[in-house]
This record gives sequence, C-alpha cells and structure tokens, in this order.
Amino acid sequence: MADHEAAGERNSSAQEVGEFLRRRREQIAQRWADETLFRTVFTMSRDEAVEACRAVVEALAAVAVADQVDNLGAAGFIAVRDQLGRMVASRTRTGAGSTQIADEVAALRTPVAELLRSELEGSPSGRTEECSVTLTALMGTLRLVVLETALNAGQELIDRQRLQLLEVATPVIKLWDGVVAVPLIGTLDSARSQVVMESLLDAVVSQQARFAILDITGVPTVDSLVAQHLMKTVAAARLMGAECIVSGIRPAIAQTIVHLGIDLGSVITRASLADALAYALHEQGSVVVDRNRTGTSAR
Amino acid sequence: MTGPIHGSPGAHVPVLKLGGILLVTLQGELHDRAAEQLQQDIGEAIEASSVTGVVIDISGVEIVDSFLGRVFAEIAAQAKLLAAQTVVAGMRPAVAITLVELGLTLPGLRTALDAQQAMLMLDPASVPVPHSPVRRESP
Amino acid sequence: MTETSGSVTACLPIHSDMDLAWVRQHVRQTAAQLGFGLVEQTKLVTAASELARNTLVHGGGGQVESTALTSGISRGLRLTFRDEGPGITDIQRALSDGYTSGGGLGLGLGGARRLVHEFSIDSRPDEGTAVTVICWVGGAPHPRQEGR
Repeated sequence: MADHEAAGERNSSAQEVGEFLRRRREQIAQRWADETLFRTVFTMSRDEAVEACRAVVEALAAVAVADQVDNLGAAGFIAVRDQLGRMVASRTRTGAGSTQIADEVAALRTPVAELLRSELEGSPSGRTEECSVTLTALMGTLRLVVLETALNAGQELIDRQRLQLLEVATPVIKLWDGVVAVPLIGTLDSARSQVVMESLLDAVVSQQARFAILDITGVPTVDSLVAQHLMKTVAAARLMGAECIVSGIRPAIAQTIVHLGIDLGSVITRASLADALAYALHEQGSVVVDRNRTGTSAR
Repeated sequence: MTGPIHGSPGAHVPVLKLGGILLVTLQGELHDRAAEQLQQDIGEAIEASSVTGVVIDISGVEIVDSFLGRVFAEIAAQAKLLAAQTVVAGMRPAVAITLVELGLTLPGLRTALDAQQAMLMLDPASVPVPHSPVRRESP
Repeated sequence: MTETSGSVTACLPIHSDMDLAWVRQHVRQTAAQLGFGLVEQTKLVTAASELARNTLVHGGGGQVESTALTSGISRGLRLTFRDEGPGITDIQRALSDGYTSGGGLGLGLGGARRLVHEFSIDSRPDEGTAVTVICWVGGAPHPRQEGR
C-alpha cells in the first residue's frame, strides 16, 4: 500500500468519526448526561447536563473533522475549555482529585465506543478497528485537555490565595479620625508593595484620611527597590490630597538608606509610629490632653 | 464600569463661582479640546471677577494622562499669575498610582481629598459646613 | 502551553481627539472584560491614551489594533499603534523623559513604557511608526528581571 494512500485512509477515519459524532450527538449527549462526570456537576437539572454534553460532543466532532485528534491545542477544544474549566472547578470543590476526574473522563469513552461499533456493523473489520482507534485517541486527547484545565485551575487557585495572603498580611488601621496606618511586617517585594500602596490609598478615600502612615518597623531590610516603592506611595498619596509619613526606620535601615544614596528628602519620616501619629494630630490641629497632668476634671 | 462620553468635543465644562472661589467639576471623559477650552474659560473667569482660588474636582475622572496633567499644571500656573491659588481635589487612587508611574507628580499643584477640603484650604470662612476645620477628637 | 496565542482583534481609527476618547473607552471595556483590576485598567488606558495621542500628533493619525492574548493560564491585551508619519529618528532619545517634539510634557513614550509589561517600537524614517504594548492580567507571566 502506498504511503499517501495510508495517510488518506487515516484522514478519512478521523473524518468519519467526526461525522459519526455529529450524527449521533443527541444520543451521545443523552448517555453522557448520566455518567458520573456530568451527573455530579449538573445536579440541578438534567437538561443542563445534556446541553453541556452536546457542546463537548460538538467540540470533539470539530476536532476530528479537522483531523486533529492528537492536538491538545486544536481550535475545537478552545470552545469547550471554559466549560471544562467550570466543571473541573466544580468537581474539585466537591473533593475529587485530578486522577478521579481523569478516570471520569475516560469513562465517557465506553458509551460512544458502543454506539460507534453498532453503527459500523457490517463495514470491513479493518475499517471498524481504525475508527475505534481514532476514537480512543480523540478521547485520550480530551482527557489530557481536562487534566491540563485542572492543573491550570489549581494554579489559578494558588495565585488567588497568594493575593489573598498578601491582603491579609497588610491590614490598614484607622488610628484616629483622618489618620490611617499600615504596619509592614516582613520582606517587601514588588507585588506586596503594590498591594500595600493600593490598600493604603483606598483607605485614604474611605476614611477621608488626610494622613497615612507607613510603619516599617517590622521590615528587615530596605533596598533601593523598596525605597522606590515607598516614595511612589508617598507621591500618590500627595496627589490625592493626603500626606504620607514613613515611620519606624531603624538605625541599621537608616544607615543602608544613606549608604545606597537614596534621597528620601521629600518624604516625612519619624522614628516611631507614635511620633508619626503625634505629628499627624498636631498638623490637623487635634490636641490630646493628659488629664493627670493638667488636672482638668474628668467628664 | 465606564462613564459615558460627556458632551460633544467642543462642549464647555461648567465653571461655578462660589464666593471668591471657582469650582470646576470634571466628569467622565474629557476631550482634549474641552480641556483646552476650560483652561481659557478659567483664565477669563479669574480676570472678570475677583477670584482668589480655583478648585478642580476630579473625583469623577477615571484617567488623567500627561495631556490633562499638563492642562492642570498650566491652569495652576496661569491662576497664580492672576493671584489665585489652584487645588486639584478628589483624585482617585488608581489615577494617582498611574500618574506616579507615568512620572507625573505635578509638584507645583496643591491637592485635597475632596472639593470641600479644597474650599477649606483656600478660604476657611467660605464653607458653610457642619463640622469645623479643627475637629474635636475623642479617641 | 506557554505559547502566546491571540484572538478577537479590533481595529480603531485615530484621526481626531474624538477618536482618542473612543480608544480609551474601548481599551477600558476590553481590559475590564479580560479581568484586569482597576489599577491595571487605569494604567493600560492611560498608556493607550499617551500612545494614541502620539499617533495623532506626531504620526499625523493612524490606527490602533487590539488583540486579546492567552499564554498558558495568563490573559493579556496587546495594543499596536500604527501611523505613516515621519518616523522617529532617535528612539532612545524619544523614550527618555522630558524629550518632546510636540509641546507636551515629554512623558508620552517613556511614561507609557512604565505603565505596561512589554513595549516595543518599530519606526522607519519617512515610513511610519508602530508601537506595540502588552499588559497581562495580574502582572507579567514571564517576569522581565527574574526570568525563568
């Protein structure tokens, strides 16, 4: 048999499978709707499950017709990636591991294979075999696509949690009417500095704060990048009409700042958070009275 | 998410006079020509009557690029020549962060959290507000 | 999987300051749909505004092409500003802050570069200029400095 003939044969088997999938879309969808994967995701309505199944069958058919049964990135799969992503996310939430999800996808092959076999009854046996091999390859690819989607979903979850962790690690506190502060603890990297800047500035708006204090007592080191972020925050606060004070610069850090030749000239700094608060109160005209010292009577 | 495009390209931004202060409230999208027109209108308004301050409220503005930034700076410089102070009020955090990243820190410009604070800065007597500038604090 | 692929391309003309407003609106909407946060949206829209104005003022008008990108799990937006103007003879100088040939603050190109994750210029004297910028949702997928 000549090479090009063999290739032609294989092409048409993929196309045949594709056409078969399109022809039998309704039946396959009905059967899949009862499989674990779809049943457990679409618990509310079977119609929804069938609808989702139709979309997946349609996508597989498109991939097969385009003769791309082995191609993870086939255009046909793009259409169902979103849907598969939602399904995977829903299965993951109910505690299914990626192996289990992969097994559930694998289980989808059997009903389709049965249909295909009965449809091809009477065709030459070589043909039947070829089509069923193609179908197996196609379903294998679907399984990989689902797995890949599952891994990506996991990565997205990690990213989201990382961001949440960042936000949790930078609480903005209202110290007084018109004074907010964020005590920074730990290493400041670019991503964290960004979150700090945004939460502090949001607090300036929501608290109508004319003063914002960045306390870096808990920050082990300040390099030029961190200093740059601090100065950007100060500049942004100023544009919004608030004054930003950096407090808690320990002697070692002060030394580094001088060493690095960083000019914090335009930034108001104070040794401690208390000093920064005192400055802010003084600036906005608030007077704190010590009752014991002045002897004024208590209310 | 996005404000509608306000007015036609040549539309005037209303300039309000409150006592000795001009109040300009910018909203949504501002066309270049409208911004330049505003600059001219403010100059004329200051000249026409005794104005000691200009408040530009940009709390409704979603982006400020270097063009609009330049317009603000020029309004301030021009007002200063006519003996009036300019305060830009209510810049949103996202806008402020972007301007700093852009390299536009507008050093010559005074800023305030909102229009009321800006009015207070320019003329403490002019603002009929319930709470006085010096607040009584209770911890 | 990390290959960058694009889809959904829109093309907008830049011939007047009305068009600048439309470009800003379009970029804002597209960025919001792609899931950009408010600050990222604002940076991207501002960069687009700077570049579109460059296209209008220095390039004598042109167009912007916007493409939604996918790279692995990251999503992004690519904007390409094209004009058939005089071109930029000294790109390094044009990128430096304070350089201006059109009465602005001279922050257009350099400033826009700081607002996006990827930035490139292709300019030929007397043929025109194409500036391409890319922003990724939640930051660059392949950090420039750290590398991987």
